[in-house]
Amino acid sequence: MSLLDIENLSLSIGETPILHEVNLSVGPGEILGLVGESGSGKSMTALTVMQLLPGAARASGRVIFDGIDILDASEEKMCALRGDAVGMVFQEPMTALNPVKTIGEQVAEGIRWHLRASRAEAEERAARILDRVGLPPQKFPLARYPHELSGGQRQRVVIAIACALDPKLLIADEPTTALDVVLQAQILDLLRDLVTENRMGLLLISHDLAVVTEMADRIAILRHGEVLETGDTARVLSEQVHPYTRQLAQASMHVPARRQAGTEADLPPPLTPPHKGERNEALPTSPSSLWGGVRGGGERSHDRSASIKDASPLLSVQSVSRLYPGRRTSLFSREAPTRAVDDVSFSMQAGRSMALVGRSGCGKSTLARLILALDRPSAGEISFLGRTVTGRSEAELKPARRNMQVVFQDPYGSFDPRHKAERLVAEPLHVLEKKPSPAERRDLVAEALAEVGLSQSDMDKYAHEFSGGQRQRLSIARAIITRPKLVIADEPVSALDVSIRAQILDLFADLNGRLGIAILFITHDLTVARAITDEVMVMHEGRIVERGRTSDVLDHPRSEAAKALVGAAPDLGRALAARLGEQD
Amino acid sequence: MSGAFSNRSFLAGFLITALVAAMALASYLWTPYDVTKLVIADKTQAPSPAHWFGTDHFGRDILSMVMVGSRNSIAVALVAVGIGMGAGVPLGLWAAARGGFIDEALMRLNDLVFAFPALLSAIMITAIFGPGALNAIVAIGIFNIPVFARVARAGGLAVWPREYILAARAAGKGGTAITLEHILPNIATLILVQGTIQFALGILAEAGLSYLGLGAQPPMPSWGRMLFDAQTKMAIAPWMAIFPGMAIVVTVLGLNLLGDGLADILDPKVRRRR
Repeated sequence: MSLLDIENLSLSIGETPILHEVNLSVGPGEILGLVGESGSGKSMTALTVMQLLPGAARASGRVIFDGIDILDASEEKMCALRGDAVGMVFQEPMTALNPVKTIGEQVAEGIRWHLRASRAEAEERAARILDRVGLPPQKFPLARYPHELSGGQRQRVVIAIACALDPKLLIADEPTTALDVVLQAQILDLLRDLVTENRMGLLLISHDLAVVTEMADRIAILRHGEVLETGDTARVLSEQVHPYTRQLAQASMHVPARRQAGTEADLPPPLTPPHKGERNEALPTSPSSLWGGVRGGGERSHDRSASIKDASPLLSVQSVSRLYPGRRTSLFSREAPTRAVDDVSFSMQAGRSMALVGRSGCGKSTLARLILALDRPSAGEISFLGRTVTGRSEAELKPARRNMQVVFQDPYGSFDPRHKAERLVAEPLHVLEKKPSPAERRDLVAEALAEVGLSQSDMDKYAHEFSGGQRQRLSIARAIITRPKLVIADEPVSALDVSIRAQILDLFADLNGRLGIAILFITHDLTVARAITDEVMVMHEGRIVERGRTSDVLDHPRSEAAKALVGAAPDLGRALAARLGEQD
Repeated sequence: MSGAFSNRSFLAGFLITALVAAMALASYLWTPYDVTKLVIADKTQAPSPAHWFGTDHFGRDILSMVMVGSRNSIAVALVAVGIGMGAGVPLGLWAAARGGFIDEALMRLNDLVFAFPALLSAIMITAIFGPGALNAIVAIGIFNIPVFARVARAGGLAVWPREYILAARAAGKGGTAITLEHILPNIATLILVQGTIQFALGILAEAGLSYLGLGAQPPMPSWGRMLFDAQTKMAIAPWMAIFPGMAIVVTVLGLNLLGDGLADILDPKVRRRR
């Protein structure tokens, strides 16, 4: 008999239909993976089980949990159920905890409420469960506050709250999406152990097919509120009966079609002086040639290979450090400063694409800000196009700004909600020497939009009228409108669904190949690095610990940090092979 | 702006505000009775066809007084809000953009102004420079400055760390350009809403000052002055308090609706949904 049975569940919020005839079941000790793109109704399914739907929602069908009909249950009954027999883990560990209460109090809260236990008993139990999730009270006292913990540790606290009363069913809604791969692997291990230990049912919601394949016994594929396919994970994914399943699987393993092996071979080995002589065409650096550049594919790639052979690097970073002052411990003393970026040196040639990988908090984004001259290094020097960037005034930085642009992770937060697309995309035109006229401006914007696959009619829309993927295209259009030499992309695809992610990666590969724009790709996701970069640098605790060709580093990592990243990265092919192996 | 009137609260607010403004303007041309003429024989009459809102203890027509009084109340509140916004918003935005010492200094100065009870300081100002509508305006206006500075700074601080600001900086824009192009439009809603609240408070403050005899001077009526006169006659002539009180309530309500509607209209997300 299954623990949770969802039969013919339909749901609408106001006039909008959300779910249509959903049938799912989770047995004790079973992991059901619910996969789908954003907006497919995954989270709404979870909220229906918890009866935490928004006010205007109307559900029909049957949801039976442990013999109780949830859709008919009173609020009182649901209160008794939630946090006791059904636990829930949320995506964002930063906001799922109350910042003004200690972790001990937050874990004990549910225990005291449901068991009417005394404070001392509840705290003892809280200590036990925190120990179980990997936060032993000797090292992490109950009196810690959430801000004193890292993201992964916070997610452990959230899991401890959900599992404090040994629930029969745990619902985890994208529990690892906000974490880096190493933490993701740890949290998934923890969830798996808790499931086998207590014969708990787990409803794992994710957009990441690789994660679900690794974890789930059975899988359900959701699209537009309908379950397209459900069944044994290995069977569903190996047979791929439904075309959408195939599409999802392909998007997860997608590698952009880019330069052939020939180009790979003539890349100079990193850190050696490039040989001069064969072709000595100079980099087009003057503003006029910026606009005069020929768009033909052949001409461009010709330019690119020429610029690779060019003597001076596009970007060079020399022993750069960024220190943040430590916390003040008394009036006269401070803790030792935090070295966010610690003595980093590297250089990048024009037209290349390089990945900067590392776990969250390793200093990747700080380094990006230093390169973009949005922050000043505490020591060291950065030069771009042969000129020093460090310590220059904003006016002197203009030529550098023209040739260096940025794409951020969050496609929602990176646009001013009050401006139309035309103005948003045109923003960097501000740094041009000669201000374009309104008509020229419109033309340039139209060209940039066309370049990223958006249409001219999109110019008069506001940012919120675009979907997540379209917004990321808009963000890229903004970055390339001045025809920069370098685009720094800070986790540009980690907030996107797999299918959209594949499209955006294709777009980056295309821009790199066709327009010869060098791309510094900051990511914690190795599949992204492998898909579109020539070289990779591994960063750990502010230092660059390994550097080399992408395939070399990812296939044969030498440093500990790189090994950890490679080992933890979920991979659909590998996970599926393991699943199939299990069955034989 | 043609679509603006499909917003219900904007429409209602606009109509009420227009009505009050029309009333104030009309009072320059015509009022039912002369507000400076005392007709003792008609004193404290209840509302009637001859005197729709009744008469006060000097026999003046309340409707005429409410009409003439609206000039003073609206002018004082409007100019006071203008002073507060004009000085406060730039100060707040500057503090948010620069941070550090300038922020600290400006905000402590703000606290200093906040620390004085507003009405008390207004009394001080009018005591020094003499009572009158102009001094009341200045006194109320000065105390609006820190309110707007606070709101603008808080709003600005919330917008500055956003990624689109970072993108604008990466595009080479300086602090002033970013403040004008990105920060100000994004906190306009906050400032507008605060503006309507301060306008309402301005009318009340003017009423308070006039009530103490420090605002508009007799025989010029103002709503606050009328309430002051009404208080001792509440038992025998409640209409003396009810009608100017209603006038204040309706004006404030109209402005609040107008502010809410304007905030919705300026927000592209809400606008498209309608």
